[in-house]
Amino acid sequence: MARRFLDFISSLKLTIVCLSAAMVLVFVGTLAQVSFGIHEVQERYFQSLIVWWPAGSQGLALPVFPGGHLIGGVLLVNLVAAHLRRFRWSWSKLGIHLTHAGLIIMLAGGLFTDLFSVESFMRLAPGETKNYSEDFRAIELALIDGSDKDFDHVTAIPEGRLKRGGTIAPGSLPFQITVRSFYQNAQLQPLEQAGANAAPAATRGAGAHIALSSMPHATAENSRDSAGAVIEISSGGAPSPASDTWLVSAQLEPQTFSFAGKPYRLVMRQARYYKPFSLTLQKFTHERYAGTQIAKNFASRAVLNDPERNERRDVLISMNHPLRYRGETFFQSGFEENEAATILQVVYNPSFIAPYLACVIVSAGLLFQLTYHFAGFLRRRKSRSAK
Amino acid sequence: MKRYFPWIVLAGAVLWVASSSRMPKSAPGDFDISAFGKLPVLSEGRNKPFDTVARNALLILRGKQTLRLDDGRTLSATRWLADAMFNAPLADSYPAFVINNPEVLGLFGWEQNDRKYFSFSELQPFFERIGIQGQHAEKIEPAKRTPFQTATFNLLNSLVVYQRLKNSLRPEGAKDFSGEIAAGVKTLPAGLEAIKRRAKNEMFDQGAFDSFAKLTALCETMAEMGYVLPVPPSRGGAAPREEWLSMGASLLQTISTGELSPVAGAYARAGDAYQAGDPAQFNRQLGELSGWMAKNEPQASGHAAYEFLFNRLEPFYQAMGLYVLAFLVVCASWLGASRSLASAAFYVLILAFAIHTFGLGSRMYLQGRPPVTNLYSSAVFIGWGTVIIGLILEKIFRDGVGSACAAAIGFLTLIIAHHLAGSGDTLEMLQAMLDTNIWLATHVVTITLGYSAMFLAGTLAIIYVLRGVFTRSLTKESAQSLARMTYGVICFATLFSFVGTVLGGIWADQSWGRFWGWDPKENGALLIVLWCAIILHARLGGLIGQRGLMVMAIFGSAITSFSWFGVNMLGVGLHSYGFMNRAVPWLAGFVVSQLVLMAIASLPLDRWRSFRGARGPSAR
Repeated sequence: MARRFLDFISSLKLTIVCLSAAMVLVFVGTLAQVSFGIHEVQERYFQSLIVWWPAGSQGLALPVFPGGHLIGGVLLVNLVAAHLRRFRWSWSKLGIHLTHAGLIIMLAGGLFTDLFSVESFMRLAPGETKNYSEDFRAIELALIDGSDKDFDHVTAIPEGRLKRGGTIAPGSLPFQITVRSFYQNAQLQPLEQAGANAAPAATRGAGAHIALSSMPHATAENSRDSAGAVIEISSGGAPSPASDTWLVSAQLEPQTFSFAGKPYRLVMRQARYYKPFSLTLQKFTHERYAGTQIAKNFASRAVLNDPERNERRDVLISMNHPLRYRGETFFQSGFEENEAATILQVVYNPSFIAPYLACVIVSAGLLFQLTYHFAGFLRRRKSRSAK
Repeated sequence: MKRYFPWIVLAGAVLWVASSSRMPKSAPGDFDISAFGKLPVLSEGRNKPFDTVARNALLILRGKQTLRLDDGRTLSATRWLADAMFNAPLADSYPAFVINNPEVLGLFGWEQNDRKYFSFSELQPFFERIGIQGQHAEKIEPAKRTPFQTATFNLLNSLVVYQRLKNSLRPEGAKDFSGEIAAGVKTLPAGLEAIKRRAKNEMFDQGAFDSFAKLTALCETMAEMGYVLPVPPSRGGAAPREEWLSMGASLLQTISTGELSPVAGAYARAGDAYQAGDPAQFNRQLGELSGWMAKNEPQASGHAAYEFLFNRLEPFYQAMGLYVLAFLVVCASWLGASRSLASAAFYVLILAFAIHTFGLGSRMYLQGRPPVTNLYSSAVFIGWGTVIIGLILEKIFRDGVGSACAAAIGFLTLIIAHHLAGSGDTLEMLQAMLDTNIWLATHVVTITLGYSAMFLAGTLAIIYVLRGVFTRSLTKESAQSLARMTYGVICFATLFSFVGTVLGGIWADQSWGRFWGWDPKENGALLIVLWCAIILHARLGGLIGQRGLMVMAIFGSAITSFSWFGVNMLGVGLHSYGFMNRAVPWLAGFVVSQLVLMAIASLPLDRWRSFRGARGPSAR
């Protein structure tokens, strides 16, 4: 039994099945980008074990095809198993072995990247300084204790925790937070405009004048979910139905309240990734070719300040010339109209070296194999025609 | 005799090339249009000769690089441009605008007859309607426009381009422009004085003020309308500048500094002479201009002259003709089983390749870039790459197959390039993201060579299938040698597609911090790599034989065409810079044709004429 399994898992047929499945997946996943956008497709087709259909519906969904992680994973096991079982040293096979060793590194690296890399962005207006980047999609609920005049105490609750609901009692705060309801995509409307039987979303703050309704998950390329939640802030014990509720949403300005005489700010915002250094934008430039609207270059000139390492220097981030610092890459990804702000994409990818290594090994392997066989072919041909 | 035959064919081909690339000389007493065509201007971000401006504009207006008049005469693009710029009323009567859409003609109350080219004067009564429809279409995304909307949008755009061209060097309808300028410069002090006094509420000379205001308004209109920037930067002098200026902007500067640029003056005088029908004066002014440019703008001037030559030689058209010739000669060599015809084809192919290379190299020199920068140049380069590999195959196998494939693909890719050129300047400036010679030279070139090899493998397979099914000529030996070639070329394709794809990933990582983003163009490249891997493994595992290899190679062409063109049609992702809607039916047709060939290849072996009976090769 085990032997048959081993035969199966190391078989060439499995390789071909996996490669063919990968082709189908890549092809369908490419076409699907037209209607779902690149991010949604990545999650559903390439960074998943199974592709479900229909997508996104609450009801029944059927597993219709293996996802990218499953195909990639099986291919990886297949490759490793085949080589462990059939490895024989010979010059004529050297190229093949190198190629496949490189592919193993590449597949493993790709899987690792999918699991551990983090992409975020940093929006900087001229003169602005930031020591954090923000997530493209995930949000967080921040409670800011501004009572100290030198610094803020920030308690941030991640999106996943808000989604689970229930009561949260962070040690850093004298009160507890209960999530009454959470909306993946919420629409906010002034109460007057929301119709006759609309009710205010909350009892305190802006939410007292706003009606909230749930919206379907946004899938189009340029639209995003706007999460919202109704939370309750209480001193502990069993939540009473009469206690204060607040509406939080990224569409709202920070709201303030005080608890036990201390002022707090309450805000829902893009999840932040803090860094031990900061960037200050000095100038953003957008050059065009003379007499045209064709972009010639985008560039952000900034000051990098790292007190921990005692570094303070000017940096220039432009098209094709990102800033790499402390394991993160900052590249010029966009800008706001009238050059009001620059948008840098920030990528943390711990396995970025894998593809480089893999590329060198595979290319060397393929090149060796091709030359070795081509030379052999020419030699044979020559000796045949000499006869 | 037989020994010399290939050389005779080659000599004939060389003569043909030489005769078709003779430079037309203008008669001594005529306007020297070539000299005008060579002058450098700045347009769409780069220096180019008027000849290129004219060709591209005529492509936009008319879809062709020459203008055929109603009386049967054919005007060169430069001649047309000279007329438009210096003698607008005449150019207005030329049928320079193409309208293919019957609904657009219906808009004017015209019925569709055998005419599709119309003149500016004919269209003039309908400008308002064209304007309304065209502006409406402009607000709609290009991919969502109806054919009628696309046609009105294009027509409006053509009219705007033409109007701007007419007012680029002199205001349309001016009689004595150089005289007007001279008079304006003379009255400048009086005009300025009048303005100063008026601002202080003092008495001022109304006449001087009015003529000054009129001149300024005229220059401002011209500056706004100017389609090309003909006046080079002034180095030194009162107000040194770094940028090329439009005629209007240069004259505005004259108003503020009192200095007239010698280039602007010469263009004004040349225009007057052209309009007055004075070739001698026109040619003298052009001589002055080219002398000035050669002295003060040697680089722009040299590039423009080279580009002029390149435009006139039309190397890709000549290569196209030679590829057809080579292909026909190969076919003839197969029919007559003639060695000397096969050699003749090989020589013609080398000549075609040399001319193709010259064209490619010229583009690289003019642009200062690696060979592939847009969809147009990728087509040129795919053909070039295929011809190299085909020539190598021919050198090894000597059976005409390499030559035939090289000639066929070389021709087809140049035809594709020719149709891609319809949208204007093929040496356009590069978007900021692509502005990196290292990656253009490595990633783009390798991946494109991978495409070349895939198409070549597909074509070899098609030869195998057609010969096997429809003729008796596919012997065991020829089948084997075709299979070897196909396999070898697929190995080559695997190497280049893989390395090219990974280099693309490294570019992405270098520039954006991530190796792979599942962008459609990346996926297209990945599909090719995966398909090559499947072919190689299936062959290794004995799952396919000769015939299976051929079927899979043909499908490889279909996949490659999808990666090359198809993903650009999706209109999503970072690589969608070469958006192409018109090509959708062509791509679909190509894919279907490959599927049909695969179906033919899958016919049972006793249906293959070559394999009937027992002498067939051991194909499966």
